[in-house]
Amino acid sequence: MAEPVLQLRDVSLSFKGIKALNALSFNVERGEICALIGPNGAGKSSLLNIINGVYRADSGSITFNGEQFVRIRPARAAHLGVGRTFQHNALFRHLSVLDNVLAGLIRHCRATIVEHAFGIGRDRREAREFNRRVDEIVAFLDLTKHRDKVVATLPYGVQKRVDLARALVGGPSLLLLDEPMAGMNQDEKQEMSGFILETNTRLRTSIVLIEHDMSVVMGLSHHVVVLDYGRKVGDGSPEQVRRNPDVIAAYLGTAH
Amino acid sequence: MSFFVETLVGGLLAGVMYSLVAIGFVLVFKASGVFNFAQGSMVLCAALTFVTLRDKGLDFWLAALITLSVMVVLGIAVERVVLRPLVNRPQITLFMATLGVSFMIEGVAQIAMGASVHELDLGIVDTPIEIGGVQVSQFDLAAAGTAGILVIALSIFFNKTRIGIALRAIADDPQAALSIGIRLQTLWQIVWGVAGFVSLVAGLLWGARQGVQFALTLVVLKALPVLIIGGFTSMAGAIVGGLIVGAGDSLAEIYLGSLLGGSVSTWFAYVLAVAFLLVRPAGLFGEAPIERI
Amino acid sequence: MSAIGTDAIEGFSATRDTARVTRDRLRVGSAVLLLAALVGIPLVANDYWLNAVLIPFLIMSLTALGLNLLMGYAGQASLGTGGFMSVGAYATYNLLLRLPELPLPVSLLLGGVISGLVGIVAGLPSLRIKGFYLVASTLATQFLLEWLFNQYGWFSNYSTSSSISAPRLAIFGHDLSSPTGRYFLTLATVVVVTVVATRLVRSQTGRTWMAIRDMDTAAAVIGVPVSAGKLKAFFVSSLVIGIAGALWAFAYLGTVDARSFNLDRSFQVMFAIIIGGMGSISGNYLGAAFMILLPILLDHVGGGLFGGAIDPGQLENLQKALFGALIVWFLIKEPRGLAALLSRAWTQLAARLGR
Repeated sequence: MAEPVLQLRDVSLSFKGIKALNALSFNVERGEICALIGPNGAGKSSLLNIINGVYRADSGSITFNGEQFVRIRPARAAHLGVGRTFQHNALFRHLSVLDNVLAGLIRHCRATIVEHAFGIGRDRREAREFNRRVDEIVAFLDLTKHRDKVVATLPYGVQKRVDLARALVGGPSLLLLDEPMAGMNQDEKQEMSGFILETNTRLRTSIVLIEHDMSVVMGLSHHVVVLDYGRKVGDGSPEQVRRNPDVIAAYLGTAH
Repeated sequence: MSFFVETLVGGLLAGVMYSLVAIGFVLVFKASGVFNFAQGSMVLCAALTFVTLRDKGLDFWLAALITLSVMVVLGIAVERVVLRPLVNRPQITLFMATLGVSFMIEGVAQIAMGASVHELDLGIVDTPIEIGGVQVSQFDLAAAGTAGILVIALSIFFNKTRIGIALRAIADDPQAALSIGIRLQTLWQIVWGVAGFVSLVAGLLWGARQGVQFALTLVVLKALPVLIIGGFTSMAGAIVGGLIVGAGDSLAEIYLGSLLGGSVSTWFAYVLAVAFLLVRPAGLFGEAPIERI
Repeated sequence: MSAIGTDAIEGFSATRDTARVTRDRLRVGSAVLLLAALVGIPLVANDYWLNAVLIPFLIMSLTALGLNLLMGYAGQASLGTGGFMSVGAYATYNLLLRLPELPLPVSLLLGGVISGLVGIVAGLPSLRIKGFYLVASTLATQFLLEWLFNQYGWFSNYSTSSSISAPRLAIFGHDLSSPTGRYFLTLATVVVVTVVATRLVRSQTGRTWMAIRDMDTAAAVIGVPVSAGKLKAFFVSSLVIGIAGALWAFAYLGTVDARSFNLDRSFQVMFAIIIGGMGSISGNYLGAAFMILLPILLDHVGGGLFGGAIDPGQLENLQKALFGALIVWFLIKEPRGLAALLSRAWTQLAARLGR
C-alpha cells in the first residue's frame, strides 16, 4: 500500500497559553478527500495553517510526501506541493482573475528580474507557457467569461472559484480547502462540490476539506476527521463517523 | 561620572517632553486605529493661538480657555470631516490623510497668525537647581511634573470613568462594543477633543521651551520613535519610550557624536527605534496581533 | 475585510478590463503624440520653460515612478525618497569625478545601482514590519543619509557646505550643458525607464509585487517569494529614484547639497503619487505635473492679483494648505488619483467615438 500523502503526529498548538490543538494525529491517504469537521473554534483552520506554515506547531511532527518537519515556511510548503484556499476571501482583490491565477504560478518562475525588465531570455517563453496553463485551469473551473475582470467586482461564489483556480494552477499534490462553500446557496454548493470532485478524480489531487454542511461532507469525502476543542474525537469513513456516539455528542447532535 | 549623570537626567527630562506629544498619539490610535501625523501641527497650532491671544493682551486663563476650545473644535472637525469618510480604509491611507491634515493646519495657522517666532512665557523660572550634586533645569522639572500629572489624569479618565471604559471596549473589540450600544462616533469625537487638549499642554510647554515657531511641528518626528519603542497603544509605553529616547539621544549626542565627529541627534532615535522594531515589532508594551486567515 | 491585508495600500489600476480596444488605441495614440510634442518642444520653448518647468517636471515624474513601484505596486510605503535621491546624486557625482573615462549614461546607471543597493539595506526591516512602522524605519534611512552626506566631506570632494556641482555633461564628446541638451538627456532617461518599468510591472515580477500589496499572507501561502519580492521592489525603486536624484542635481539645479533631498522632498514625491494615482504608470506624470505647475500657477496668480504685494511666505503657506486639502480630498474621493479620473474620461470619450 502506498504511504499516506500527509501524516500528522502529536501536533499541538497554543495561543497565549490556550491550547488550540492537543496532540493531534491522523493520516491523509494519497488520492482521498479527507473532511475535517467540528464546531467553530475546534482548531480546524489552525491545523491547516500549521500544515502550510502560517503557524508553527509547539510540538509534534508532520510528514508530507515522505518529508518530515516540525515547522515549515509557507513558501517551502507551496514548493513541496501544498495548495490552499482560504475561508475569508484572500484574493488579490485589485487584480483580474487572470492575474490572480497567474500569481499561483510565480513559484514556477525561473526568469530573473532583468529578463522581465527587458523581455529577454526565458521571459516570453515562460509568459506563453504560464498563460496556456492558466487558460486550462480557468476553462476547467468555468471562469473563462470572467477572465479579465477585476476580482473585487465578481460575485462571492465566483471569487471562491478563483481562489480554487489560483491554488490549483501550480499543480499541488495536496490541496487544503478552508470552507470553500461557506455562504453559498444550494446550487452554488452543488456546483462547487462538482469541481472539487473533478479535481480529485481528474487531476488526482489529494484534498483536505473543512466544511460545515454535513450533506456535502458525507457525499463528497472518503474519510472524515472530527475535532472538538483541539482534540480528535472521531476518525474514519463517513459511515463510521456518523455512528460514533462521541461525535454525535460533540458535534452532530448540536444545532448549527 | 557626575557629568554622565547630569547628561542622563537632562535627557530623561527632555524625554518626558517627547512623551507629552506621544500621549496624544496613543489616545487617538487606541480608540480609532489612526496614526495621527497631524499631532505635531496641532501642537504648533495650539501654541500659536495661545501666543497670538496673549499678544492681544488677553489674560492667561482666558487665552488658555479660548485656545482649548479652538483645539477641541479642531480635533472634532478633523474626525468629522476627514476620518469619518475614511472609515474601514487601510491604516496607511488614514496615516496619509493625517499627513494632508498636518499640511493644512500648518498652512492655515501660519497664514492666519504669521510665521515669526514668538516668545512664550509661562512664568516658570529656568535657573538650574542642584539636586544631590546634579544640576537640573527647573523648567524641565516642571514640564516633567506636568506630563506626569497629565498621564495620571488620563489614566484615571480611561480606567474609572464610563467614557474611558467604553473607549477601552472599543479598542478591544469594535464590533462587540457597537453591539452593546456604545456610540462609536461620539466617542471618537471625545477622543479627538481630548487629543486637542493634550496638544494644548504640549504646545504651551514646548512653546515656552523653544519659542513658538514652525519648528514645533518637528516634535512629531521626535515622538514617532518614542511610540515605536513604547508601542502605539500604551500610555505607560509612551512615558517609558520617551525616557529611553530622551536618555539615549543625549548620551549618544555626547559619546557617539564625539566618536563620529558630529551631531547625531537627527537620526539616533530613529535607528534606536528600528533596532527595537526588529526585536519587538509591537513595541515594549504593545501586543502582537495573531494573524488569521 | 479580514484582519490581514489592512495594511495593503489602496489605489491601483486594474491591469485589464473588458474590451477596451478603442480606449487603448486612444491611449497609444496620445502617448505617441505626447512624445512627439516633448521632442519638438525645444523648437518653441524658451530657456525659462525648459529650466523651470519641463526639466523639473520630467525628473519629478521619474522620481514618482520610482516611489510608485515600491508604494503603489508593492505596497511598501516609504518616506526615504529624498535619501535615495541624494545617494544617486552623490554616487553619480563621485563616479563622474573619480572615473571620468566612464560615459555619462554608465555613470548615471551605476549611480542608480548604488542607490538601489542602499535601498535593499533600507528595505531589510520590511521583512519584519509593515504599514507606518515601515514608514518610520524609512524615516531612519532618510535622516541617516542626510546626515551622512552633510557630515563626511569625502562624498562632496571636501567642498564648502558639502555641496556638489555638475561636472561637464557630455555624451561621446557631445556637450549637453545647454538647457536643450539637459532637457534631452532627461527626456531620453525618462522614456527608457518608463518603457522598462512598464514591462516590469506587467511581468511576473510586477505580479509578485501586487500580490504582496493586496494580501501578503495569502501570497506567501501560494508560493509567492514575499521577502525577495519586497527587496527587489526596494532595489528597483531606489535605482530609479537614484537616477532621478542625479538628474535633479546635475540636469536641473546644477548645484545641490544634502538639504535639497530632505524630508520635504520625500513628502513632495509621496504627494505626487497620491494625487497622480498609486499603482499607475501614467499617474506619475499627472502627479508630477500637478506638483510642479501648481506652485508656478499660484505664484503668477498671486503676483497678478496683488501686484506682487503678497508675501512669498504667505504664498508658500497657501500652497501648503492647498496641497494638504488636495491629499485629503483625493484619499476620500478618488484614492486612485488623477489617473483614474482621466481614465474614466477616456472611457467616456472612447464610447462616444466607438459609436
